[in-house]
Amino acid sequence: MNLAIRGLVQRFTDPRTAAATTVLDGLSLATGEIQALVLVGPSGGGKSTLLRILAGLDVPVAGTVAFDGVRLPTDEASLLRYRRTVGTVFQAYNLFPHLTAMQNLFLPLVHVHGLSEAAARERVREPLARFGLAAHAHKRPAELSGGQKQRVAILRALVVQPQRLFLDEPTSALDPEMTAEVLEMIGELKAGGTQFVLVTHEMGFARRVADEIALIAAGSCPVHATPTEFFDRCRDARVTTFLQRNLQA
Amino acid sequence: MPRWLAHLIVLALLAAGCGWAFSRLDNTWNWGLVWEYRAAFWKGWWMTVAVSLAALVVSSLIGIVVALMLRSTWPLVEAAARIYVELIRGTPLLVQLLVGWYVIAAAMQVGTDYRTAVGVLVLALFSGAYMAEIFRGGLDAIPKAQIDSGRAIGLTPWQVLRLVVLPQAVRIVLPSVAGQLVSLVKDSSLLSILSVGEFTFAARNVNSATYSTLESYLPLAAGYLALTLPLSALSRWLERRFRYEAA
Repeated sequence: MNLAIRGLVQRFTDPRTAAATTVLDGLSLATGEIQALVLVGPSGGGKSTLLRILAGLDVPVAGTVAFDGVRLPTDEASLLRYRRTVGTVFQAYNLFPHLTAMQNLFLPLVHVHGLSEAAARERVREPLARFGLAAHAHKRPAELSGGQKQRVAILRALVVQPQRLFLDEPTSALDPEMTAEVLEMIGELKAGGTQFVLVTHEMGFARRVADEIALIAAGSCPVHATPTEFFDRCRDARVTTFLQRNLQA
Repeated sequence: MPRWLAHLIVLALLAAGCGWAFSRLDNTWNWGLVWEYRAAFWKGWWMTVAVSLAALVVSSLIGIVVALMLRSTWPLVEAAARIYVELIRGTPLLVQLLVGWYVIAAAMQVGTDYRTAVGVLVLALFSGAYMAEIFRGGLDAIPKAQIDSGRAIGLTPWQVLRLVVLPQAVRIVLPSVAGQLVSLVKDSSLLSILSVGEFTFAARNVNSATYSTLESYLPLAAGYLALTLPLSALSRWLERRFRYEAA
């Protein structure tokens, strides 16, 4: 994929005080032809806000986003169609707690993509087995571990065969062991050719999985580089400070 | 002490207290006369069941719609819902029934054949205000991330509501709705002032025919308890079940 962002602005207005907060302040970014883009940066810097726009969940106040030269629409009807072509995974609470893991996977397949129950069952059988979730398919989210929940959530985004995935800190609510199992799954997806944009605080993983890394801070993207450049050669104070802080945390 | 024993002891003390009070009563019991009116009681009891169920269905619908209105971002819609809820909850059902029947229904020239329907409607509007707050609480309990997840997988807003939000909200509110049904059953007794032939109206008629007040009204208490106790138990059971599921 090839992502081109120009002058992206996003503002939120507090409905009570009418005070506006600028979260993205004219962010621009142009990637090469890559498979995996990783967004890193301090909390509150605008990573999640950017990802929500990329995923077609929010519309920016100004600016444009284009994947492979195709501009993202801004009207809700077209955005709904766009969202059906991509997959998004959030930090937590992705799964619907009233449905089993299997039913969670069925929901988009049956209600959005029009598959029959039988076709949906056939579609999810192999991926469930491949990611070691077949034995848990009939459990409700409350009976799954945090890592299993996130893996089902990623699978739910995947089984509709999206063009690309958007992953917003998928491991930040997990303990180290579960983080490892989710990261392993994302690593396998990378190896399998899935395109994705990932927001993460796991720097070691970012380095391994990213084709390009973008630092998102204070509503813009001051630095954007390959992992080697970013981690080893970058002299930019914003990057070194960020990496320093990340190490201390 | 086991729970059943505690219940038994309290009930025994209660029975002793009531027994003592009734034994002091200078009253010639006339159960035989009242027994002859058992068909009227039976008919009234079923009418109460029917009226309560009908009002429950209508008030649930009102509750869902008003709860959504309460969360609306349109000020007029939100204001209309809020004022409805506060007016209804802040005034006695008795007054609402009188105004509904003698003023509004009369102005609309609704025939006396429809007194039960009007009664059920006013009762549903009354209960709907409480339902709206129950449902609003249920909707508020659904994390925003759930709605995001629904949108992210490509559901339409209506599908998000139908497949994601409502099934979860309903589970959360079921115990409170069952509790509301308990109130509804008892509140339906006020429909007797519109001469709707429900349980309380039957007891009143038996009383005026037999002049046996206690014999007429004590069965009334028993009849209501026969409805409300199982409902309370259902409410508590639903509450427990939901807790386990969420754990």
